[in-house]
Amino acid sequence: MDHDNRDRNAGSGGSPPGKTPGDSWADGLPKGRRWSGIAWSLLFLLVPVLGTATFVIAPYYDHWLPKDVSVHGKSIDGLFYFILVLTGVVFLATELILFWFMWKYDAAASSKPATYIQGSHTLEVVWTIIPAATMLFLAIYQMNTWADVKMRRPRMAPSVEVVARQFEWRLRYPGRDETLGTEDDLFVVNDLHVPIDEDFLVQLKSMDVLHSFFLPNLRIKQDAVPGMKIPVWFKATETGTYDIVCAEVCGWGHYKMKGRVTVESRADFNRWLARIEAEQKATQRGPEEIPMAAAD
Amino acid sequence: MSTVTQPHAPPKDTAHHDHVATRGSTSLSTFLSTYVFSKDHKVIGLQFLFSTLVWFLIGGLLALAVRWQVAWPWSDVPVLGKLFAQHGGQMAPEFYTMLFTMHASVMIFLVIIPILAGAFGNFLIPLMIGADDMAFPTLNMLSYWFMWPAFFFFGASFFVEGGAAAGGWTSYPPLSTSTVSAPGSGMGQTLWLLGLTMVGVSSMLGSVNYMTTIILMRAPGMTMFRLPMTIWAMFITAILQAFALPVLTAAGFMQLTDRLIGTGFFSPEGNIINNAMSGAGGGQPILWQHLFWFYSHPAVYIMILPAMGMVSDILTTFARKPLFGYRPMVYSIAGIAGLGFIVWGHHMFISGMNPALGITFMVATMMIALPSAVKTFNWLGTIWGGRIHYTTAMLFAISFVSMFIIGGLSGIFMAATPVDIFIHDTYFIVAHFHYVLFAGTAMGVWAGIYYWFPKMFGRTMNEFWGKVHFFLTFMFLNGTFFTMHILGAVGFPRRLADAYHYETFHHLQPLNAFMTWCAMGMVATQIIFAINFFWSMFRGPIAGRNPWNANTLEWTAPSPPGHGNFDFQPVVYRGPYEFSVPGCEKDHLMQTDPPHPAEAAAAAAAHA
Ligand code: HEM
Ligand SMILES: [Cu+2]
Ligand SMILES: [Cu+2]
Repeated sequence: MDHDNRDRNAGSGGSPPGKTPGDSWADGLPKGRRWSGIAWSLLFLLVPVLGTATFVIAPYYDHWLPKDVSVHGKSIDGLFYFILVLTGVVFLATELILFWFMWKYDAAASSKPATYIQGSHTLEVVWTIIPAATMLFLAIYQMNTWADVKMRRPRMAPSVEVVARQFEWRLRYPGRDETLGTEDDLFVVNDLHVPIDEDFLVQLKSMDVLHSFFLPNLRIKQDAVPGMKIPVWFKATETGTYDIVCAEVCGWGHYKMKGRVTVESRADFNRWLARIEAEQKATQRGPEEIPMAAAD
Repeated sequence: MSTVTQPHAPPKDTAHHDHVATRGSTSLSTFLSTYVFSKDHKVIGLQFLFSTLVWFLIGGLLALAVRWQVAWPWSDVPVLGKLFAQHGGQMAPEFYTMLFTMHASVMIFLVIIPILAGAFGNFLIPLMIGADDMAFPTLNMLSYWFMWPAFFFFGASFFVEGGAAAGGWTSYPPLSTSTVSAPGSGMGQTLWLLGLTMVGVSSMLGSVNYMTTIILMRAPGMTMFRLPMTIWAMFITAILQAFALPVLTAAGFMQLTDRLIGTGFFSPEGNIINNAMSGAGGGQPILWQHLFWFYSHPAVYIMILPAMGMVSDILTTFARKPLFGYRPMVYSIAGIAGLGFIVWGHHMFISGMNPALGITFMVATMMIALPSAVKTFNWLGTIWGGRIHYTTAMLFAISFVSMFIIGGLSGIFMAATPVDIFIHDTYFIVAHFHYVLFAGTAMGVWAGIYYWFPKMFGRTMNEFWGKVHFFLTFMFLNGTFFTMHILGAVGFPRRLADAYHYETFHHLQPLNAFMTWCAMGMVATQIIFAINFFWSMFRGPIAGRNPWNANTLEWTAPSPPGHGNFDFQPVVYRGPYEFSVPGCEKDHLMQTDPPHPAEAAAAAAAHA
């Protein structure tokens, strides 16, 4: 900064940057070069350009939402895309305006003083009301999906109890009597089986610390909290085997708290249950060997 | 206040300055009271600045270690690997959990919060309101020295058995309350809680002081609505601190007693951890989350509002234009602060909290996006029609706006409860808070450092290297953090030492490696900043009082200001943003310049 402004009396008199008549407007700050203003505005143009490009290209490389195999997942994904478009438009508009102002109002590009304006009542009202209305719409628009996923619980007995524990998922199927907590309950670890196209109700518990029951392909995530029984439900729409991930840090082994969920036809599901039942009878494995969370 | 008529106030009593002059006498006690246990707000501000910058470096290195593991899990860690060689040179998973916990804890509690309020707040508040110091200089000194126990507790926790805290910076029980649940839940967690409490004490002392000072010690003529945005932001931040902090402090003590004497506030009935009964029962883990976020959501604004204020001031100076919508800007900060208290539940949508309550928090969260939008539009309005000077400070300030747009918009995804089901605890969140905290606040802090450096040290920083620093940081930061949105869209979970054994995530390693390269570049770039900083402190060009031709009061004081700050009693005649007033021969009217005939007419015309 080699411009001289060491006026000891700046405090009482201000520092005249020296505008002599006929001169172009001087604000006392060093006048940059035009090319540097252009370069900096182009740098900021990269933000919307590369930002958008990233989101456009990523899906082609399979860096995108994993395949959804649930009913409610469709509306979650729909909402995701809706917000993506909405925020994308706002992102592009504001970043492009920023770029344009940077390009246009570079001090090196003009010899005029800045516009003296302190605000605009009209604009403030407009840019408060429009986002307010949009956000309110969004808030109301999404409520139904939320209610479907977390509030409108299907009227049925739990299809399985999932008990999270450092660092595994313990599953307990109700067995033939379709009631949890009875003699014929079936025990499995990390291997969840789910019949396709049927409402499936999980009763989620934890026996030690917090965990989170995350099924990326079923768009399900719910923390497991010791002391609570939390219902989680979904309807799977495609057969296959998918990941179960723990999404809440639960200690050193958190990263390997992995399970699999197999979506299969009702017939396959029943066959699988029968096999588990047979195995369990054969080995006399029961609740004593697998400590479950405290009785209900 | 409008009765002030004396344009040239007489020089103030200069007795204060003699005090500084006597430091030549080599008395140790004078040295200590001037530089170490100083009660001068400027010295305290700089003490905060230097301490937090050191922790910024530590936090950055922790982040690199986190990134190393995410990109190349279980591979030997270069250099550092030898220091903590548990498994050859590779990182143990419990070490990884400790790393991300301490990275965030250090960045939040020892860097961002104290650098904004402690360093900038202290240095700028008296100078910008025309006071000779803070209202309570001794409290002020204590607010700095209470950071040292926190530095000690956090620092020492790395060396205790089991290592530092490893339950995440959010420290959710029972993982954090049960000492057997993880190695880091031992002594490290206790020290973490003590450190947190000390940071709280420091912040509380600071905020009481800032509120009092801003209310009582403004120069003649400095009405509330003539305060620069920086001061408004600091003022509202101080109020936020004062109301939110007691809750965190209480919660911290509850967690401490849970751990030490088994009070069981957060431990449920019949909990079995590591095959042993744990906790007295009768408690509720989710209670901690409510208490923690009741503080920590307002805290995210504590971590950005001051930067917003500073950026507003810097934008006007280098656009040579009045701030667009001064009052809406003030009201929107107040709005953010007010709403900030009723949105904490958006961190807990899937925590097991009543889902109907989630809807309430969702609506409040949608509403808090409004004031943020208003601020962004007004910043754009401020540079519209300006005469923009691309100084380093201005580039950082503009990038704050550009990046805050991204961080604000990604927030809308997470506010939408159904979408949050999928992206909660994924890298989408990590992307979000780094856009607001790093690309936002940290860039704002750099803008502030380049801008006020001349006032702090009487010299300007090197502009060329400043711009190199800006350019590289800007590129690397977007390379590191923008891509995290994409990881988040795949559902890539945060806090996992190795996620590639999941079918869903196994193909994401190359992208993560790219991000880690960018992160390393970003940290390396800060060497340029460090050299520029120290070189300019001693060798930079002498700055003079007002190197940027800005309007606010600090620029009327000598650079650096002596003890007592002003050699004239500043008297304020106008708001802080009178740039380019039509009909005025000067391009800016400082707050202390006597009334100018062109002003009244211009002001009347300018309210469109
Ligand atoms: C302004 C400075 C920064 C702040 C305030 C900050 C803050 C945070 C916070 C709050 C978290 C969340 C941790 C948690 O919830 O457990 C986090 C995580 C993370 N940060 Fe930063 N950060 C900063 C700078 C950086 C930098 C420079 C890098 C990279 C070089 C970085 C890389 C990461 C990574 C990789 C994580 C994710 C760790 C995990 O959860 O697995 N951060 N940071
Ligand atoms: Cu886990
Ligand atoms: Cu929040």
